[in-house]
Amino acid sequence: MTADPAPLVEVHDLKRVFDVSKPWLNRVIERAPRQFLKAVDGVSFEIRKGETFALVGESGSGKSTVARMVVGLLPPSAGTVTIDGVSMHDAAAADDRQRLRRRIQMIFQDPYASLNPRWRVGRIIAEPIRAFSLIESEAAIAERVGELLTLVGLHPDDRTKFPHEFSGGQRQRIAIARALASDAEFIVCDEPTSALDVSVQAQILNLMRDLQERLGLTYLFISHNLAVVRHMASRIGVMYLGRLVEVSDGKSLFSAPRHPYTRMLLDAVPDVAMVGKVRQSVKGEIPNPLAPPSGCTFHPRCPLVFDRCRSENPPVIDGVACHAVQAGRVAAA
Amino acid sequence: MPHEDTAPILSVRDLTVEFVTRRGTLRALDRISFDVARGEVLGVVGESGAGKSVTGSAIIGLIDPPGRIAGGEVRLAGERIDNLPPEAMRKVRGKRIGMIFQDPLTSLNPLYRISEQLIETIRVHTDLDAAQARARAIALLDEVGIPAPEKRIDSYPHEFSGGMRQRVVIALALCAEPEFIIADEPTTALDVSVQAQIIALIKSLCRERGTSVMLVTHDMGVIAETADRVAVMYAGRIAEIGPVRDVVKEPLHPYAKGLMGAIPSLEGETPRLVQIPGSMPRLSAIPQGCAFNPRCSQVYARCHVERPELIAVGSRKVACHLYDTRSKSGVAA
Repeated sequence: MTADPAPLVEVHDLKRVFDVSKPWLNRVIERAPRQFLKAVDGVSFEIRKGETFALVGESGSGKSTVARMVVGLLPPSAGTVTIDGVSMHDAAAADDRQRLRRRIQMIFQDPYASLNPRWRVGRIIAEPIRAFSLIESEAAIAERVGELLTLVGLHPDDRTKFPHEFSGGQRQRIAIARALASDAEFIVCDEPTSALDVSVQAQILNLMRDLQERLGLTYLFISHNLAVVRHMASRIGVMYLGRLVEVSDGKSLFSAPRHPYTRMLLDAVPDVAMVGKVRQSVKGEIPNPLAPPSGCTFHPRCPLVFDRCRSENPPVIDGVACHAVQAGRVAAA
Repeated sequence: MPHEDTAPILSVRDLTVEFVTRRGTLRALDRISFDVARGEVLGVVGESGAGKSVTGSAIIGLIDPPGRIAGGEVRLAGERIDNLPPEAMRKVRGKRIGMIFQDPLTSLNPLYRISEQLIETIRVHTDLDAAQARARAIALLDEVGIPAPEKRIDSYPHEFSGGMRQRVVIALALCAEPEFIIADEPTTALDVSVQAQIIALIKSLCRERGTSVMLVTHDMGVIAETADRVAVMYAGRIAEIGPVRDVVKEPLHPYAKGLMGAIPSLEGETPRLVQIPGSMPRLSAIPQGCAFNPRCSQVYARCHVERPELIAVGSRKVACHLYDTRSKSGVAA
C-alpha cells in the first residue's frame, strides 16, 4: 500500500441483525422459534477522501442497511464505523460526533418521499443551515439558498415553490442542494437515480460528478445498476446476502472480475453494446436470507464450488472472498 | 399504404388516444403507425409519459374512460379489432393477444392457487375438460422453467419468488396460445440476474412458438438484447423505428441520439454522459410542430410549424425534418 491520505470513512466488521420473530404469543402457541435476519454480516471497507465508493448488489443484499449504519440512522449490532477518526456509534464520542454531523448528508432514492410536501423549497434547503446555526441573518440564509439552487442548476426564484411543482429530476436536484447546504463533505447516496428516467438520470449523474470536482466531495454510492456504478465509482464493493464478496477499483472490477458472483452479475446485465450476442444463462435466485446456505452463501449457485465452500465462510483476502480464487483454482480472468 | 412485410400479425395505423379532462383534451397517442411481423419481437422504448403503455392498452382495448381511441385502426392478422364490441374484444384478449404486466404480484390473484388461475384461463379459452386443463397447466409451468411443476401448481402466488411469479404470469399469458403477446415492462420489478433469465425465456418461447411480442420497456439494454426491431417513442409519437442494431448503434433522430448517449454503458469509458436539456413535455403543453423542438440542438424554423412524419431512411423510419431530402436545409451530419 502506498502512503495514501488517511481514509475518511472506515467501516470495520459491521454487522446488523434484525429480529423478525413472530410476536411472543404466536411463538408460545405455535412453538415457533425466534428468527433473526442477518442483513449485514461482517462488512469492512474504507473510503478515501474525494473518491466515490460504490456498493452494488441485488435486492436484499444489505447495501441500504450499510448506508443507514454509516450515516448513523441505524445502530449496528456489531462492528464500528469511523468517520474522520470519530466513531459514529460510540457514546463517548457524542460531542465530536455532533460536530461531525454537519459534514455528512444523505440523498435518498425517492425524491417524491424525501421532500416535505408542505414546505417551500427555500425552507427545505435552509433547514440544515438553521439546524446547525451556520448562518444567523435571514437575508444571508436567503442568499445562500439562492446560491445553492443555482449550483444545482435551478433558479434562485424557485425557492418560493412547493416540491409538487417540480419534476422528479428537479426534486432530486433540490435534495442535492439540501445535502450541500451544510457544506457537507461526505454524501451517502442511496439509489439516487433509480426513480428517474434515463435522460434525467444522465443530468443528475453529470451534476453529481461536477459537484464532486468543484467541492471535493466524497460519495458512498449505493446502486443496483452496474452501468451507473461503473460510470460513477472509483472503487466498488459487490455485496451478496449481507457480505462483501469483492472490493476492487472500478476499472479492474469490470475488466477482470474475480469473484464468481461478480462474473455472473456482469454477465447478466443487459447492455446496449450486447445487440445480438448470446449470453451465458444465469443459475438460480438469491436464497432466502432467513435461512442462508452454510459456508459461502453463494455456493449453491457457484460454478466453481468445492467441498470447502459448503462448510467454511471465506474471509476477504486481497479484496475477494472466495475459496476457489484463494486456492488458485481459477486464473484471474 | 404498401409495406414490405408480408401480412404483419399486427398493424397499427394512425392510432390516436385522447383523454378528456376538465382542463381540455389530452392527446396521449398522436397518430402512431407501425407493424409487427409474425415471430418478431418489437421493442417499444421511451421515458415515462412517452405513451408506451397506452399503446399496449389501446391495442388490447383496455383504455378506461375518460380515455378513448379517437382515431386510427388496429388490425390483428388483417382483421380490425379496435372497433369490436366489448364482448367480442374479451374473446380476443387472452385468446389471441396475451398480456404480461410489470408487477407479477398484482397480475396474479393472491387468494387463488396458481392451479385455479391457470386452469380457469385455459378452460375459458379452449374446450379442454378439467383434467386435461390441469395437465396442460403443468406442461406450461414446466415450459416456463418452474421446477417440480406438478407439486408447485397448487401453491399460492405468495409462495413464489418474484422471478418465479413472473414465470407463472408468462405461463398464464401462454394458456390460449395467443398469436401476439404484449409484455409491458416484464422485467422492471426483477433483479438483474433474474431479469436475464426472464428475457432468455421470452426470447426462446417466441422462437419456438412463432409468437410475436411487443416488448414495452424503458430499459434500452433489455431491448438491445431481446428485440428485432425497436420503436423509440416521445410525447405520444414515434420518433424512430427500425432494426434494433441500427437504432442502438447509430440512432438518427436527435432524441434517440440523446437517449442512447445518456445511458451509462458497461463497455468503454464515458467521462460525461450526453445530456438532453429539459424534460418530456406534459400532455397539456406539447409544443407545436415537432414535439421535441424545445430540447433539440439541431432545431430550425420548420420544426416549430410542421410536425415531421415518419420517413424512410435506409432500413428504418425517422420522424425528423433533418432527414427529409426535400428540405432545403439538407441532411444532418
